[in-house]
Amino acid sequence: MRQSEFRALKLKALWQGLIGRDGGAANRIVPPTGFTAHLTLFSAGAMAFLAVFALALALATERLADRWASELSQSVTVRVSGQQQEQEALTQSVLDILQTTPGAGQPRLLDQDEVGALLTPWFGPDMPIDALPVPDLIELPITGTDFDAEGLRLRLEGEAPGAVLDDHTEWRRPLVSAANRLQVLGIISLVLITAASAAMITLAAKAALAANGQVIQVLRLIGARDITIAIAFVRRFTHRAAIGAAVGTVLGMAAIALLPDMQAAGGFLTGLGFSGWSWLLPFLVPLVAAVVGFFATRWAALKMLESVR
Amino acid sequence: MIEMQDVSFGYRAGSELLSGMTMSLQPGMFHFLTGPSGSGKTTLLRLCYADLLPSSGKLSVFGQDVAGLSRDGIAMLRRRVGVVHQDTQFLDHLPVAENVALPLSVSGQPADIEAMRDLLGWVQLSQHARALPPSLSGGERQRAALARAVILSPDVVLADEPTGNLDWDMSMRLMQLLVELNKTGKAVLVATHDLNLIRAVKAQVSARVLRIAGGGLQLAGAEL
Ligand SMILES: Nc1ncnc2c1ncn2[C@@H]1O[C@H](COP(=O)(O)OP(=O)(O)OP(=O)(O)O)[C@@H](O)[C@H]1O
Ligand SMILES: [Mg+2]
Repeated sequence: MRQSEFRALKLKALWQGLIGRDGGAANRIVPPTGFTAHLTLFSAGAMAFLAVFALALALATERLADRWASELSQSVTVRVSGQQQEQEALTQSVLDILQTTPGAGQPRLLDQDEVGALLTPWFGPDMPIDALPVPDLIELPITGTDFDAEGLRLRLEGEAPGAVLDDHTEWRRPLVSAANRLQVLGIISLVLITAASAAMITLAAKAALAANGQVIQVLRLIGARDITIAIAFVRRFTHRAAIGAAVGTVLGMAAIALLPDMQAAGGFLTGLGFSGWSWLLPFLVPLVAAVVGFFATRWAALKMLESVR
Repeated sequence: MIEMQDVSFGYRAGSELLSGMTMSLQPGMFHFLTGPSGSGKTTLLRLCYADLLPSSGKLSVFGQDVAGLSRDGIAMLRRRVGVVHQDTQFLDHLPVAENVALPLSVSGQPADIEAMRDLLGWVQLSQHARALPPSLSGGERQRAALARAVILSPDVVLADEPTGNLDWDMSMRLMQLLVELNKTGKAVLVATHDLNLIRAVKAQVSARVLRIAGGGLQLAGAEL
């Protein structure tokens, strides 16, 4: 029989058959398959449960990366302290070094008032700063990704002893990239879970169709159109995948909702879970499962019908 | 309604089982198709409901060339040709009544409970309406198959050895049903190698007898 006819098994007609109320006849055509049915339900549910966690991981790591990245300071501070008479020359040579540092902007020497403001928390407002051997503070904005804190530190050590680079938040940088990496892994997991579910539903549908070869043959012989037969099977498997996935999704969401309050737990795991509108995202899981079930079964049904006239 | 012109068919390319068959099924006529076992009776019937396609020649059913039918076209053709298969298959998980009504549900027509009851009564299966097909006897299966074949009120009924495993009384009862069908104006084609059966029916209605011999089709003479 011509291939093109199978391709033309109208998606629209299948969809209408899928959501139509008149499922009675279509539902009864396919023999009940207790064991396979339960396996399909269970697998769809388990996959959905995992998908919810992968989704939560992807969202949480995204938030984590955002927060850490925003906390990365946009500048570093260089502290210069030397003997009274050397200090000025030392500061000038540090400024020269900073000016030629790749990835950094224009260094700025903080004036007395600014330094005073920084020291106030430690010494109180009445301390006469002029009387103290206060170090010079130079603020260096970071403008490029090629800024190398470690290289600068070594250079200062060698060329301007007495100058100390203070990059308080630089240590977070690898954490941000780790968080980004984790997010990618979460997304890859979602894709793999979807693909594995598709494979599983296709296998289940193929097995069911193969086991029902006689049913399909009988139906064709008494004048059933391909679309009628396809709807019967697609309906069965799409519903099954959607119901299983819905249960798995609800269980997964409940498990996440019941995690101990992160504010209290604090630390690295901060915010594994959904917040606000992202609680809606997991509801896509059963929807995707239904869509996957629909196309997987349709493909299996078409394959099967090709062998029957 | 079913016209064959020089139709040939072979299961394997190069060796033809049937060749040069020319025949036409007359509306309202009772036909027998006979020939020894393995001569190709089932094969010829399968050609008639587009389960097989001729390797050459022209076969048209209700004026349509079967070679040009789409898959949906084949489905539509089968709704107008009632077939009782030699080894009738049912959906074993559905009760007899639902199996008989299956052609209605797959063609999207509502089941008429009254008509259904009449039909089951006609084939004397009323008590078995709720039984599952595997629990039926051979004769009951054949009668259920006949009921399923006629529920869409087809123009032609093809029956392949409908009395194959039945004793004489049951065979005659089944043939009686086919004769009644024929009297309502439907063309009937019964494949059988049981000459006694043909004689018994010919006593009641005028029937044409086609014989497959040597791969070809002949109109059998008056010797029957
Ligand atoms: N699917 C098939 N593939 C190959 N050969 C087949 C197939 N079906 C039938 N044959 C062969 O074709 C020949 C005719 O078979 P067919 O079933 O048409 O005979 P028949 O006249 O109906 O016989 P019977 O009276 O025993 O039912 C047989 O030799 C058979 O082996
Ligand atoms: Mg036969």
